[in-house]
Amino acid sequence: MSLLRSPEIVAFRRSLAVQRRVIGALLMREVITRFGRDNFGAMWLVFEPMLFTLGVAALWTAAAMNHGSSIPIVAFAVTGYSSVLLWRNCASRCSMAIEANLSLMYHRNVQAIDVFFTRILLEIAGATASFIILSVIFIVIDWMTFPVDLGKVLGGWLLLAWFGASLALLIGAGTAYSHVVEKLWHPAAYLLFPMSGAAFMVDWLPDTLQQVVLLLPMVHGVELLREGWFGNTVRTHYDAGYMATCCLILTWLGMHYVREAGRKLESR
Amino acid sequence: MISLENIVKEYHTRLGPRRVLDNVSFQLERGRNIGILGCNGAGKSTLIRLLSGAERPTSGRIRREMSVSWPLAFGGAFQTHLTGLDNLKFVCRVYGVDYKPLVPFVEEFTELGVYFREPVMHYSHGMLTRLAFALSIAIEFDCFLIDEAMVVGDVRFHERCHVEMFHKRKDRAFILVSHDANVIKLYCERASVLHEGRLYHFDNVDAAYDFYMDELGMRHAKRVIEV
Repeated sequence: MSLLRSPEIVAFRRSLAVQRRVIGALLMREVITRFGRDNFGAMWLVFEPMLFTLGVAALWTAAAMNHGSSIPIVAFAVTGYSSVLLWRNCASRCSMAIEANLSLMYHRNVQAIDVFFTRILLEIAGATASFIILSVIFIVIDWMTFPVDLGKVLGGWLLLAWFGASLALLIGAGTAYSHVVEKLWHPAAYLLFPMSGAAFMVDWLPDTLQQVVLLLPMVHGVELLREGWFGNTVRTHYDAGYMATCCLILTWLGMHYVREAGRKLESR
Repeated sequence: MISLENIVKEYHTRLGPRRVLDNVSFQLERGRNIGILGCNGAGKSTLIRLLSGAERPTSGRIRREMSVSWPLAFGGAFQTHLTGLDNLKFVCRVYGVDYKPLVPFVEEFTELGVYFREPVMHYSHGMLTRLAFALSIAIEFDCFLIDEAMVVGDVRFHERCHVEMFHKRKDRAFILVSHDANVIKLYCERASVLHEGRLYHFDNVDAAYDFYMDELGMRHAKRVIEV
């Protein structure tokens, strides 16, 4: 008990309360400013990724993409494209986020990290809700099967969310340092999509290419998620430990640069 | 108390770092006030940004042992899609204050009428200024930061700001920055002069006023000679 009342712990809990309050305030503000109050309002947070995923599922079905396995194309698209949106939207929304919220820093308690956390939370919530709603609809109309191992699906999803959050911190802080980061992020995001494991299974690739693709952390998350969903009907290649290590390093780098960016911030 | 110890602030330019504040130190006790006089470009706004916490000093320490406001009547943080009421709610959430008891005061002071519940993008400049001022005094701070250049409006608005700030809240501390020596003379019990990044302290406002006028005069004289 005495530990809980030590000055450091008390100060930490007070800071935590302030941060929770600020992020709560930013969440409300962000939702209204981004989606407005007209028509569906905040529901767009979920509709947007849903429309993306549905569109991609329809395209892939129409193109009758040869994916050389027994997985139905819609299930393949929903699991794959939802995963991409989860990490890519986090990072894209945090790009230039400080600049867009610079004037808020006049309120001392609003810090760069709060702006990033708010946007990351919203993106993860939107992508997750979209994934769940689409899955439920397709399971009900029998276009998708129920996941074989819900635990693995959840594990893969959480790892992808963590990857998205850590990447977002790094990209967000990077764009505050230099606009070059923002310029580079767009082509990088575009080029990473076909390599991210969303549109293929690692097992379909030749051995040498497998080694290269498995260097990308998000590939492991998608593979884990699909193993959880489709079970033994697919052969997967992943290492959750490798992905977690990558995320840990990215998180550390992200937090470090967010703090540095906060220090050199110039408001106007 | 709020205290600044050897504050240095440098900004990066293409020609290397530029020192805007050079070893600035001062203290302000609870309930007291100070005026800071400076010409355009002397570093007044930078000082306000550091005091409010919007930016960090390059070196030195700022200690706040009382709650310090954001710059009075600063409306830059308004989101155009939010209504006046939304902005009140946002500010209250950030500072952990219940917004409901404050609605009547803000509505009455801003005289926004139905526009209080309309997006800020439909506001006129005067409406924005009134809202910004009302929000910054709706939250009860121990010390207010006032950048005189931010509080612009007609005579009646100035009078109402004056009543709210200097009569109803005369027990509070404040830091007022201005280029106008008469404003400082009117409101402050002591004054310092910010000149070329350095802060010069004086025992009374008149001494600061004389120094400021001399500096202004000298610069003016120098310019005349150069021409």
